[in-house]
Amino acid sequence: MPFVNWLKRHFVVIAGLLTLGYLLLPNVIVTVFSFNKPKGRFNYEWQQFSTDAWKDPCGVSDLCGSLSISLQIAVWATLGATALGTAIAFALVRYRFRARGAVNSLIFLPMAMPEVVMAASLLTLFLNLGAQLGFWTILIAHIMFCMSFVVVAVKARVMSMDPRLEQAAQDLYAGPFQTFVRVTLPIAAPGIAAGALLAFALSFDDFIITNFTAGSTVTFPMFVWGSAQRGTPVQINVIGTAMFLVAVLFVLTSMVIGNRRKKQKA
Amino acid sequence: MSTLTEAPPPLSPTAPEKKPPRKRGRFVPYWLLLPGILWLLVFFALPMIYQASTSVQTGSLEEGYKVTWHFATYWDALSEYWPQFLRSVAYAASATLLCLLLGYPLAYLIAFRAGRWRNLIMILVIAPFFTSFLIRTLAWKTILADGGPVVGALNTLHVLDVTSWLGWTSGDRVLATPLAVVCGLTYNFLPFMVLPLYSSLERIDGRLHEAAGDLYAKPSTVFRKVTFPLSMPGVVSGTLLTFIPAAGDYVNADLLGSTDTRMVGNVIQSQFLRILDYPTAAALSFILMAAILVMVTVYIRKSGTEDLV
Repeated sequence: MPFVNWLKRHFVVIAGLLTLGYLLLPNVIVTVFSFNKPKGRFNYEWQQFSTDAWKDPCGVSDLCGSLSISLQIAVWATLGATALGTAIAFALVRYRFRARGAVNSLIFLPMAMPEVVMAASLLTLFLNLGAQLGFWTILIAHIMFCMSFVVVAVKARVMSMDPRLEQAAQDLYAGPFQTFVRVTLPIAAPGIAAGALLAFALSFDDFIITNFTAGSTVTFPMFVWGSAQRGTPVQINVIGTAMFLVAVLFVLTSMVIGNRRKKQKA
Repeated sequence: MSTLTEAPPPLSPTAPEKKPPRKRGRFVPYWLLLPGILWLLVFFALPMIYQASTSVQTGSLEEGYKVTWHFATYWDALSEYWPQFLRSVAYAASATLLCLLLGYPLAYLIAFRAGRWRNLIMILVIAPFFTSFLIRTLAWKTILADGGPVVGALNTLHVLDVTSWLGWTSGDRVLATPLAVVCGLTYNFLPFMVLPLYSSLERIDGRLHEAAGDLYAKPSTVFRKVTFPLSMPGVVSGTLLTFIPAAGDYVNADLLGSTDTRMVGNVIQSQFLRILDYPTAAALSFILMAAILVMVTVYIRKSGTEDLV
């Protein structure tokens, strides 16, 4: 039974690739259905090939507006969460201070809490304070839940840094500020960048917390959620596919550049 | 000898020049922590207190709410919504188990078998994140559509007969059944299982496998006695990262399920945003939080890996 033996030897590879297929199948469907011309309001059944939606991605009212709101929130939330999170990460790795355990659990808990619990409790706070729900409440919430992820990403990088590099800089008469800007920051940069990218992705794609804190503001995920009830325009698939392509291109170019640099160094 | 006078000052901390920055440095960590921690205290910890207080209030939207220590809300909420709680735990547990079964081979493949394809597969695992998860979840409506190829194949193989008998599906439909919701949950949180599994598998020294093989262990024994135990940290953090968000999720149950598959997240969402019964919603959310914290603590204690962060 050569086939059975082959199957046995490659079981992991086959099972792994099947799982990968399961992960990627919806993306394929999203892409294919961005070329659909649906009858009726919902884009769940294949009718005929058409590039109408690609020619007019903003053709649905409010879609591109919601996209721009999501982008604005994601940019500001990334900046806020990265600044606050990086500072905390440096304090945790580099300094001794009181209440370290309490600080650690305060950072861990938002990651270990179901989103709906955080969302519901934030809403009770905003309601009790009489805050106007909208752009600012979404931004506040996003900075809050993205921060912990930035802390973890930056902490990992700063922890693996050789402290002797900073000592060397100081031995060469660099002041604390100069040491930080010319030595510490460049070495920590990949960790900070990873944290910032994660924060951007989390904020841009967040639905549950936004759902509770948005009031009548409509972000892109909120738009998609609403459209699942009212009717899904093909343009949603166009935006989804475009986002996917841009992100994959971005990753591939950064990988190619990284490989080239490695080869140059070698 | 003039060169000696220009030499850098000694590194010893007793050097007089070093004293002022050290004194100033004592408060540096607090200044670094202050903004972020303040943010978390005001927008994470304080809301929890507000939520706890809301859950014991009585009143109405028009007249306003007052704290009356009305703990009966908890009892009422539990006795009315215990099926949704049970469903949340059951669906999240099934999805976590499926994620582990599906994700382990993939993580193993990336860690040990992928060779030069490793980076590409890694990108493909993360890539779905780049498209909004709501759009991807809606795609499952197409995949599992009534009369579609997937449902058709399951029907011819008589799989649907078995799942219907088990109560996971109903008749010829997969959509709007528990199976669809679990399938969506599994899909949505699978990368959260694969990534930690991969990072703990990757750290395993390949020579351990060789050593076990040299000692006449069969491949299955190597896996059982060497690989799997060494990947436990990844299994623990992967299951937590899958179970917690899955238990609180309401998106999959709403988009892929029906009124019979409502989870506790759906109840909290509709109580808060549609029915506006804040005390019940707050009580439910508080119970969910407590239940998950207890389960997670017990689980971490049992599995013996307490240094997750």
